[in-house]
Amino acid sequence: MGMETTYQARYTRREALRQFLMFGSLLLLFLFFSLSSPYFFTFGNIVSIMLATCVNGMLALGVTFVIITGGIDLSIGTVMTLSAVMSGVFITYWRLPVFLGVLGGIATGMLCGFVNGTVISRMKLPPFIATLGMMMIARGLALVISRTTPIYFTHAPSFSRIAMGSVIGRVFPGFDVPNAVLIFILSAVLASILLTRTVVGRYDFAIGSNEEAARLSGLDVDRWKTIIYTLCGIFVGMGGVMMASRLNSAQPALGQGYELEAIAAVVIGGTSLSGGEGSIVGTIVGAFIMSTLTNGLRILAVPQEWQIVASGIIVIGAVYLDIIRRRQTS
Amino acid sequence: MQRDPLVLMEGIDKSFPGVRALQNCRFELLPGEIHALVGENGAGKSTLVKILTGVFQKDAGRIIYKGKEVKIPNPRVAQELGISIVHQELNLMPHLTVAQNIFIGREFRRKGFPVFLDEEEMNRRAQELLNTLHMPIDPRTKVRDLTVAKQQMVEIAKALSFNVEVLIMDEPTATLSEAEVEELFRVLRKLKEKGIGIIYISHRLEELHHIADRVTVMRDGQYVGTLDIREATIDKIISMMVGRNVYVAASKTRDERSSEVVLEVKHLNRGREIRDVSFQLRKGEILGLAGLVGAGRTEVARAIFGADPVESGEIYVRGRRVVIKSPADAIRHGIAYLSEDRRRYGLMLGLDVESNMVLPSMKDFLSFSFFVNRKKAQEQCEEYVRKLRIKTPTLAQKVKNLSGGNQQKVILAKWLMKNCDILIFDEPTRGIDVGAKSEIYRLLNELVEEGKSIIMISSELPEILRMSHRILVMCEGRITGEIDASEATEELIMKYATMRN
Repeated sequence: MGMETTYQARYTRREALRQFLMFGSLLLLFLFFSLSSPYFFTFGNIVSIMLATCVNGMLALGVTFVIITGGIDLSIGTVMTLSAVMSGVFITYWRLPVFLGVLGGIATGMLCGFVNGTVISRMKLPPFIATLGMMMIARGLALVISRTTPIYFTHAPSFSRIAMGSVIGRVFPGFDVPNAVLIFILSAVLASILLTRTVVGRYDFAIGSNEEAARLSGLDVDRWKTIIYTLCGIFVGMGGVMMASRLNSAQPALGQGYELEAIAAVVIGGTSLSGGEGSIVGTIVGAFIMSTLTNGLRILAVPQEWQIVASGIIVIGAVYLDIIRRRQTS
Repeated sequence: MQRDPLVLMEGIDKSFPGVRALQNCRFELLPGEIHALVGENGAGKSTLVKILTGVFQKDAGRIIYKGKEVKIPNPRVAQELGISIVHQELNLMPHLTVAQNIFIGREFRRKGFPVFLDEEEMNRRAQELLNTLHMPIDPRTKVRDLTVAKQQMVEIAKALSFNVEVLIMDEPTATLSEAEVEELFRVLRKLKEKGIGIIYISHRLEELHHIADRVTVMRDGQYVGTLDIREATIDKIISMMVGRNVYVAASKTRDERSSEVVLEVKHLNRGREIRDVSFQLRKGEILGLAGLVGAGRTEVARAIFGADPVESGEIYVRGRRVVIKSPADAIRHGIAYLSEDRRRYGLMLGLDVESNMVLPSMKDFLSFSFFVNRKKAQEQCEEYVRKLRIKTPTLAQKVKNLSGGNQQKVILAKWLMKNCDILIFDEPTRGIDVGAKSEIYRLLNELVEEGKSIIMISSELPEILRMSHRILVMCEGRITGEIDASEATEELIMKYATMRN
């Protein structure tokens, strides 16, 4: 018993260290940029970092569930675009009420996720291939449906307020945090509850940890995989609507490459690409690290091209740190 | 004529943490001899062979090769010395051709243009090699298009292309048909004529007379003896293989004949793996399923559990015909399977004790059929941790940090929580240390006293004899014998276990 207790203590310490390292890196980034530029640590700039995190973060939340199963979803970027375009179609072309347009946008993401899940679990395509296909399909559809031109929401001003209005600002005047941030935080809480407190999360980890053992425990693995990809699609749909609302337009050419940024955020957050391990908190911190870096470098007037290079280095560095940590503790 | 041995292994010791795998072992191989190495599962045959091929390092003893003492620190050195092994699982790349496989890693280069490979030269050399062995194989064929027997020939050809002098065949005939075995024997006899020494590992005792010159028997990591094949009767080999004290049998006082049949299997079939398997399992009974590795016991268990499909057959649970297409179906009918490979098929190693235990019975622990009721789940789990005496500091402990015995108990707990009462244990004590073993045995006895029914697959004869009320023996996918516990002996089981068609 004595020995096992130390195991436990060591394990807890390890997890604590890991969380600390993650938050620590984010704090370090904040500290560095704050000392480098007086314009970094201001209310306005912090809000803009949060706003920049929202859309990417939304995709990252969804794909976290998929990555924990040991899968991947490359279609999240362009499906997000397709969702944005579809809400544009519903609201601007068809003149449907805004809330229906929003639901339609989310449903689009959900449907794409469902198709991904079905192709992967029933037709047994590798997730990489299935979602690569969906990535191209969604991109093509977004361009076809929008006739390659942006769809504007000018006639429906309430649509733009979804992301850019400020409920918080109305309650606490002067504290004008856009709704997008609020929606993202609520979604993150929802995702965290789903992952840690519900049957979805339990099965998610079980499948990612050992799919065959999960099947032999009586799980309908195919069904749950489909559910999880569909769930990812819902978050992606919400991301698309949020994006459209923020830009007050659906930009059909946007969205490519977003999937990789979201996956990078998830991975920086310590979720293992081989499945069975991961957390929503990690994903959020990962997403913040990405957007803080971009924002800070921009304030320091580092050219945009170099910002991309820096992001790449951060991804490799963060995952390498994680690998070292694992090697030492195993 | 006394020939100098090609290989002489003497006084070989080998220990792994907690296990003494080999103790003072001896083996001798003459040039041009086919020397069979036999023993029960776990007798130490593969460990001995792995020492000769450089996979493991011996702790003590010496290896004399062609009159000189040699050190074999890794498989490469073994290969350079001319010692090659053809494994039961073949190591070929199915998408490459025969010639490409034979010369993998040492391809011929085009003369003058060494960046390019000289496929023609490789095909020509491969063809020569195959011809000398009288193997009717085209070197340009892709390996995946060959039968298993032909693939094995390619492995042998590959070994010979290294100028091999000692060839080790690990259970070469396990997957071959009658005619293919003949073909293999013809090739082996050719090699013998060339003066190559062959170590022949096999469970098929009756075929040894057709191919081997001598037989060495191992038991419990020790050398038992070497027989000339003329004096080696099957009975004699078996008695050398099993001759050891049997544990005192546990109390088996129940009268099982009066109890109801909880599970009945009728005419289960799938290819060569499961052939017309029929049996009954009674309430409160431990039914031992004995046989050698590859006899089809695990296949039968997995088929009953719905993990693998069957071609035909019927399953009845408490007299009612049931259709089992997936593990979920089996579990619904109260059937649980505890795999021999716990890490691969039984556990989510990276997850905690609680997550592992509640997985099949998740639905009992949900509020609004969605949210996990952690409190209720934990109470249940703690109850079973107490009941099965699982040693874990907390329920949050990751399962990979538990010992083998406790991992097995976690799996058992998960099925008991799901109220499964037909439990199929596949090698329940594999990888479990001696102390924990007797605790598992005690648990099995407790379970049947509570009215659960158990099928216990085991390759350890003492375990089968000690625990079972009734024993079924399988060989090559068939049930070859049924023995009541009162009449069971190791010799009888081994007789049925090697009873081939």
